[in-house]
Amino acid sequence: MEIALVGLVTLFFAVALYLILSKSIIRMLLGVVVLGNAVHLLIFTIGRLTTEIPPIIPAGTYVPLEGSANPLPQALILTAIVISFALFAFLLVLGYRAYEELDADNTDNMRLAEPEDAPRPPFSY
Amino acid sequence: MATAETSYDALNLPPHFIESATPAADWILIWPVALTLLGSGLLVMLRGNRTAQVGFAAAITLAVVISNIYLLLRVFEVGPIAMTMGKWLPPFGITFVADMTSALFCLAASLSTLVVIFYAQIELDDREHRFGFYPLVLLLLCGVCGSFLTGDIFNLYVWFEVMLISSFGLLILGGRKVQLDGAVKYGFLNLLATTFFLVAIAYTYGLTGSLNVADIAQKAGDMPLGSMVSVAALFLLAFGIKAAAFPANAWLPAAYHTPSISVSALFGGMLTKVGAYALYRVLVLIMPEGRDFLEPAIIAIAVATMVLGPLGALAQTNIRRAIGFMVIGGIGVLFAGLAINSMHGVGGGVIYAMHSILTLTALYLIGGLVERMSGTNDIRFMGGIYGASALLSIAFIILVFAVAGLPPFLGFWPKLLLVEGAIRVGDWLLVAGLLINSLLTLIAASRLWAHIFWRNGHEGERSEQANETLRLLTPHEIRLGMVPALALIAVIVGMGLFPDWVFSAGGIAAMDMLSPDRYISAVFAEVPQP
Repeated sequence: MEIALVGLVTLFFAVALYLILSKSIIRMLLGVVVLGNAVHLLIFTIGRLTTEIPPIIPAGTYVPLEGSANPLPQALILTAIVISFALFAFLLVLGYRAYEELDADNTDNMRLAEPEDAPRPPFSY
Repeated sequence: MATAETSYDALNLPPHFIESATPAADWILIWPVALTLLGSGLLVMLRGNRTAQVGFAAAITLAVVISNIYLLLRVFEVGPIAMTMGKWLPPFGITFVADMTSALFCLAASLSTLVVIFYAQIELDDREHRFGFYPLVLLLLCGVCGSFLTGDIFNLYVWFEVMLISSFGLLILGGRKVQLDGAVKYGFLNLLATTFFLVAIAYTYGLTGSLNVADIAQKAGDMPLGSMVSVAALFLLAFGIKAAAFPANAWLPAAYHTPSISVSALFGGMLTKVGAYALYRVLVLIMPEGRDFLEPAIIAIAVATMVLGPLGALAQTNIRRAIGFMVIGGIGVLFAGLAINSMHGVGGGVIYAMHSILTLTALYLIGGLVERMSGTNDIRFMGGIYGASALLSIAFIILVFAVAGLPPFLGFWPKLLLVEGAIRVGDWLLVAGLLINSLLTLIAASRLWAHIFWRNGHEGERSEQANETLRLLTPHEIRLGMVPALALIAVIVGMGLFPDWVFSAGGIAAMDMLSPDRYISAVFAEVPQP
């Protein structure tokens, strides 16, 4: 099970990095989504997938059953999902606004902050 | 009930809760975060009222500065202090820890924020006020202080995100085209960096089973060296991008010059240093073996960043972009401290970071005043400001010397420590890098000064004629813009003239980083020893 998930995580990372390396903002955004999910799956896998016993303490005892699942990765993933979703939403709106204002989806054409024909520095002093 | 107690006793577990309350004096630890969070919430409610917003924001930041000073004094007195949330015994609860490094960084960050809050008055319009400049600034300070104070590595990630999302807001506030362009690059690169950080956290958790910094520091020795080096390299990549170190520095000069100058000042001062702080925390305190293995890479990054930063500054005509490249050069110096990794290296690095937070904020602010007087941000068309405002030119030249690390200003002392440390470990490449960095920064910064203040008029044939486009600063701009910036410069000069306490603070910071016994025992103070 872990081996299969490791393969899946690798695949997710490969897809995400390939998409983020492209020049088009919309593909980069898709890459960000896949990257977020790759990390969530990675945390899930790294918490060890050993058992199918839920981490719930049975009535009358004080500790979970021997060999029950690790609950912490789920808490970490939940936090990470919320954060990565918020950031993705922001970047999506930002990308759309940039497309509207700069009329460019290709990062090669977004040269407003760093003009291509930057002036030479003055030679004096 | 009796049976329940018996079965509990039969388990023979150590107690999992802290029984006693944290001493009242140690609550100071969460004040910087709690005050700013509360304050930004209040300010959102007050968004219609401009005067009340400024007053509240300044009062809250002043309270944060005072509590940070108290925190620093307390750390001087009793050593690192720790507090674990929700009565869970560490390593299970989320811990906040302040050692000397955290306290110094927090104090510097809150000081520059306080200055910027006043300065922002001269350039914000009503719209930017309503859209939440001050709540976002307080939230940014909250994220920065939280990153410095937390003792839990996943919590550090959360504070990074708090900082990131408020910096996004500040960066696009105003919504000009050039800001959107800069924000796209800043946004993607920083999101990528925090995601790599999260990956590194996941591996650390998988290898040690813990997220508490002090706990991982104890357990990291058991990690196989190969795994530790891989995780340390991932941390280096993630924080290297955040700190804008050499191969990953392109996002900084693409974005930092686009927002209003107050925002640039905050970002240039604080944000990159948070990356550097996290790198020190992780590589020096948690994974020293991983750092030793990566040392050649860190030296290469440090030297490249130290040389290329000021060279980039030399090539710029835009004053904000030139200062942005100086920020990058300063990050190279911090990496040099990390590479030296002795009392001199880490202590010098911590003091240098503090100096860098204060000095670069002040440099951006004075640069902003220069822009207001000349009406442009292109140094070719400035010139002649010496005649118009001698005070401004003196302030600028002080900052030129401070940023290049000339005596007697604050930048000189940590550089001295770093060079001495590099000589002691016999790393001549770093010695050369540090000295070349100072020289090139001095050339780049004094060239800015010569072009802006010394020369009479515009570039080219008219250069002997007086610059007629200059306007004098209004009393409003002097009161809210120049006076706070000069106060910050006075702090920098004062610390440079009386550096004794800075030295002793840096020494304590380095000692607690390099041998974290006091740090660890502060965190686990409540845990009963078997």
